[in-house]
Amino acid sequence: MADPIHQFEIHKVVDLSQFSFALPGTSYVVDPSITNSVVSMMAAVALFTVVFGAVTARPQVVPGRFQAVGEMLFGLIDGLVSSIIGHDGRKYFPYIFALFLFVLGMNLIGLFLVFTATSQLAVTATLGLMTIVLVLIVGFAKNGVGFFKLFVPSGVPWLVLPLIIPIEIISFLLRPVTLALRLFGNMMGGHVALKVFAGFIAGAVGMAAAGSGLMGGFVGALSLGGVVALTALEFLVAFLQAFVFAVLACIYLNDVVNLGHGH
Amino acid sequence: MESEALKYVGAGLATLGMIGAGIGVGNVFGNFLNGALRNPSAAGSQIGNLFVGAALAEALGILAFVLGILILNS
Repeated sequence: MADPIHQFEIHKVVDLSQFSFALPGTSYVVDPSITNSVVSMMAAVALFTVVFGAVTARPQVVPGRFQAVGEMLFGLIDGLVSSIIGHDGRKYFPYIFALFLFVLGMNLIGLFLVFTATSQLAVTATLGLMTIVLVLIVGFAKNGVGFFKLFVPSGVPWLVLPLIIPIEIISFLLRPVTLALRLFGNMMGGHVALKVFAGFIAGAVGMAAAGSGLMGGFVGALSLGGVVALTALEFLVAFLQAFVFAVLACIYLNDVVNLGHGH
Repeated sequence: MESEALKYVGAGLATLGMIGAGIGVGNVFGNFLNGALRNPSAAGSQIGNLFVGAALAEALGILAFVLGILILNS
């Protein structure tokens, strides 16, 4: 059976020469080659640039079918941001919307083409880290030292505070980790399952070729049905994970934007 | 037993953590349906919360899955 992990291998598409630079202490080697992961990400960006360019090219008061799709995606995230962060949320809408479309684009392209960029931990970890760094910057810019109130929940008796504060700090630091691992694990797990079922079909064809045609046909039909059903499920997961990523980024931003006074 | 074989056993045991994620996600959706059938008019506004809850419960199962993959490829 084919190796289901093989699809996640990164190989170079365009080879560019390496260069190195030295910072005090260590020197770093940078390889700017275009890999299949980079191509997939570029395709995701190009996809939504073209789609939204086309959607907004000839806007009409009564949207046509194509414009309605764009407005639906926009309205989904707009409603999300304003319902979670409140009226301060409009400032952060571009970031959340870009994040959502980028992740959604990579997930969907992974289902049509051979490579899913979001099944690379490096990609999802970068997105998670970017989000948490933004949360830190917004938190310190808006609240100053008051940012540390985030770790002291209100209404907690001071006796249990020594226990609560470390837990809050650890849970804050784990946010980018779970953000990255959730997306990575979902996409990788789904694609491995797809390839395993596809491998069963290849096995069933081998079985039929070896003589047991009835059994091979039965197993093959069952596995093919499994692949079709799993692909449908993967489309749901691709959208859901992009949405969940956006929702959680909103919730983490809300924690620091509306610090200390709910909303 | 060889250590190579034990690695596979360990990876299998690590994925047992996904049982908990299954129970958790089932709980989230089951209770949502329970509430939604009692008050269908309020159900639509809670879809977002539903998926966040499911994602948070699922994340812990994913951690177990990733651990399994890490052990398998260590």
